[in-house]
Amino acid sequence: MLASEKPIQVGLFVTCLVDMFRPSIGFATIKLLENAGCNVTVPEAQTCCGQPAFNSGDKKTTQDIARQTITAFDGFEYVVGPSGSCIGMLHQYVDLFDDTDPWKARAEDLRNRAFEITSFLVDVIDFDSMLASYEGNVTYHDSCAGLRELGVKQQPRKLLANVANLSLTEMEDAETCCGFGGTFCVKYPEISNRMVENKSANVQVSGATTLLGGDLGCLLNMAGKLKRQGHKIETRHIVEVLAGMTDEPAIGDSAYELGQPA
Amino acid sequence: MEIKSPAFKENARIALHDVNLQKALGNLKAGFPVKRSTAVARMPEFDQLRDEGTALKNHILENLDIYLEQFEANVIKNGGHVHWCRTPDDACKKILEICKEVDAKTVTKGKSMVSEEINLNDYLEKNGVEPIETDLGEYILQLRGDHPSHIIAPAIHLNLEDVSEIFHEKHNRPKSSDPAVLMQEAREMLREKFAGADVGITGANFLVAETGSTIIVTNEGNGDLTQTLPKTHIVVTSIEKVVPTLEDMTLFLRLLARSATGQEFTVYNTLSTGPRRAEDQDGPENFHVVLVDNGRSEMVGTEFQDMLRCIRCSACMNHCPVYGAVGGHSYGWVYPGPMGSVLTPQMVGIENAGLLPNASTFCGKCESVCPVRIPLPKLMRHWREDEFAKHLSPKAVRWGIGGWAFFAKRPALYRLLAVSSNLFLRLMAGKKGRIKKIPMAGGWTDWRDMPAPSGKTFMSQYKSRKQS
Amino acid sequence: MSKAEILGNIRRGLKRGEASEEQKQAVLNRINQHARNLIPQRSQLSHAGQIELFIAMATEAAAELFQLNSITEVPQICATWLKDHHIDTLVTASDEAILGLDWDSAAELTCVQRVAQVGDSASLTTSFAGIAETGTLMLHSGKDSPTTLNFLPDNHFVILNRSDIVGPYEDAWQKLRDKTQGELPRTVNMITGPSRSADIEQTLQMGAHGPKDLIILLIND
Ligand code: SF4
Repeated sequence: MLASEKPIQVGLFVTCLVDMFRPSIGFATIKLLENAGCNVTVPEAQTCCGQPAFNSGDKKTTQDIARQTITAFDGFEYVVGPSGSCIGMLHQYVDLFDDTDPWKARAEDLRNRAFEITSFLVDVIDFDSMLASYEGNVTYHDSCAGLRELGVKQQPRKLLANVANLSLTEMEDAETCCGFGGTFCVKYPEISNRMVENKSANVQVSGATTLLGGDLGCLLNMAGKLKRQGHKIETRHIVEVLAGMTDEPAIGDSAYELGQPA
Repeated sequence: MEIKSPAFKENARIALHDVNLQKALGNLKAGFPVKRSTAVARMPEFDQLRDEGTALKNHILENLDIYLEQFEANVIKNGGHVHWCRTPDDACKKILEICKEVDAKTVTKGKSMVSEEINLNDYLEKNGVEPIETDLGEYILQLRGDHPSHIIAPAIHLNLEDVSEIFHEKHNRPKSSDPAVLMQEAREMLREKFAGADVGITGANFLVAETGSTIIVTNEGNGDLTQTLPKTHIVVTSIEKVVPTLEDMTLFLRLLARSATGQEFTVYNTLSTGPRRAEDQDGPENFHVVLVDNGRSEMVGTEFQDMLRCIRCSACMNHCPVYGAVGGHSYGWVYPGPMGSVLTPQMVGIENAGLLPNASTFCGKCESVCPVRIPLPKLMRHWREDEFAKHLSPKAVRWGIGGWAFFAKRPALYRLLAVSSNLFLRLMAGKKGRIKKIPMAGGWTDWRDMPAPSGKTFMSQYKSRKQS
Repeated sequence: MSKAEILGNIRRGLKRGEASEEQKQAVLNRINQHARNLIPQRSQLSHAGQIELFIAMATEAAAELFQLNSITEVPQICATWLKDHHIDTLVTASDEAILGLDWDSAAELTCVQRVAQVGDSASLTTSFAGIAETGTLMLHSGKDSPTTLNFLPDNHFVILNRSDIVGPYEDAWQKLRDKTQGELPRTVNMITGPSRSADIEQTLQMGAHGPKDLIILLIND
């Protein structure tokens, strides 16, 4: 963007998994956005996108959370998050309200402003001067919601192509669900396990040394499986690589010591 | 058919450990999805056809009563009969009555999922009429006393060895494991049956209002022999299959073949219009259409109306990772896979089939391949809402959601919860980056490690960074 | 009883009573227009192009296809083919085109005109149209073309005139409506290649219940 332009005001939707499990993804997202000339704010009033309630059939709770999220992100030009699944959920708020409900219009407004990070960088602000470098052969898992609800497919690949020293090998069935599915993975653990086993096998066959993706839920699932099976393959969120923030051990890999911030 | 859907989890567990089944399911993945995508790639207009098919089905559903009456009038005009049946029982009774009228001893059957839905075979047998399945897959299943596990490839759960064994046992012939020999055997066995049957029962893929015709789509030709040789042809079908004209039917035929088997066109697309004409040399003398409702009319105008667009192509199950892992029988009733997870609760009750719409990650693959763009995940979610509203969801789920919601609606408290859970998990992990076992979270840790949080929560780190 | 209930449910769902005359008329008009939906570009070719496409698609669907300069060559080609396959009887339809053939050149062959029976090895019929889009034949029942001939024998010869090849299915429907004044024959068959099944281990096998060989005799008329 041009220096004379006013910075774009972005509200960061952190997502509860990033908040809880891997803060570095949040910071990497902020770094990318700031490098791209955005002014990033993290609204205090956000919690979860509401998906657990939505997918359990609890529409009322989902509506409550939707209203809270809509309010929390009022006034930002854009709402960006490091998850296709959670941003996809924000897009679905529209279906929660009747046409006559004033919240419907506000939900539509939020939908028009809410973007998954790679899609925001590529589709909205056309930013690709990453200046990052990553030594390694990576493969990319297309998480379902990002892929099918938001059309995130080429964007991460386009961005990775600009990372120095990185080579991307596509795995077989990159678009097939890893079996996470939110509460699915604990409600139907054996089926979920079969799905993540298939995924892990495809990751290995690809020969990649790093598995990347855009949704922490899927990444926790796949990393957990790869580690349980004793594989050395590293699992990371794509923004860590794009932002050049890969010093921290990969997901499930750390030799972290209690009490010291990462 | 006995409803085994309440045992979905047990069924799935057994299926996952069934080596033969897993081998058979392996054939599915390399087959249908690959063929479909090749066929779709050869038809540049495919997505436009899907849009038109979707819009056309919606138009039909908005005028369903008119189209059905038009169809009926034209069947009658051509000398056929239409029987409207509200319930499976009504339909079975009507079919038996027609069989009795012509004093039928045996009936040949083309593949029909509606006849599975109404459990027709059992009913006929109990009442002294012998049904003979003629579709190769259905024939194999009938010999085994088995049921279809897929809507277009009924015996997909079986391996060559299973077929070889049952043919050897029932045909009194030397055992062969050459598929070509086995098929020839079935061909010879069934030839006499086709000719000797008193009644032929087929399903229908579409009903054409314009002409009062029914159409069946098959690759084997069994449906044609079934309907041409006996004196009476009964079509067992359901109310949502009506289309306005031959042109409209054609649109769906283009979609169906490619979505189902990935063929350019199915080998036999056969239109039947009334009984044989006075000058015809062959064909059935009687033509009956049994129109089954079984809950469909109650879906009109509800959030489940979209499901009535279904053309039974099976693409959703062919691409479903859950179906691919557990196979069709795990679903415990007639219709498996994503379309079954929406239809089964409607037909057997959500209290019996609640596990099915829950057994989905909502990955959305099914919707992405559905030729008539049925939002299958959304419809499964509607069932979850229905369950939740009726207090049918398990207590653990309700309480879990309730407890979680309490915090999720209160950002400050939510922060505290996040901080303490984060700390708890980090303590559990110790110096390792992951946790091998978490009490109460066996669903996760029985199968995979739980990566530990890599530091304090984002929110607390962000706050302290901002303050410094 | 059931009918009233079913229609009642549908109407309740549609939030109306019985459809008004206007609504019914609108539906009837839609039917009577025979409006075409999107027709894929593939078959929108010159007639020569459609013939080529038909040949390619039918062959891809595993039909055998012979191009003949005249219908008079039919007996000879059938005789040769059947001799190679050790078959000595051919059951045929009885339409004019077939009755007009001179079978003297096929003296070893017994030709009979009747419906098909279990055990018949080969049949010969004409066809009403060839659909280029997918290499599909359209046949229909009638006083001289019994449907069993299309399914029961092991091998099915079909005469198709080049002039009867159309592009998309829609053109064949129109042709059929024109011929029959809109009254469909009892059976209309669209046939694309020989019978097959993949019901045993998802492996395709040719010749399930219908003909194992479909032989198209394409006549340059
Ligand atoms: S729901 Fe869609 S994909 Fe599944 S069988 Fe029906 S039409 Fe095919």
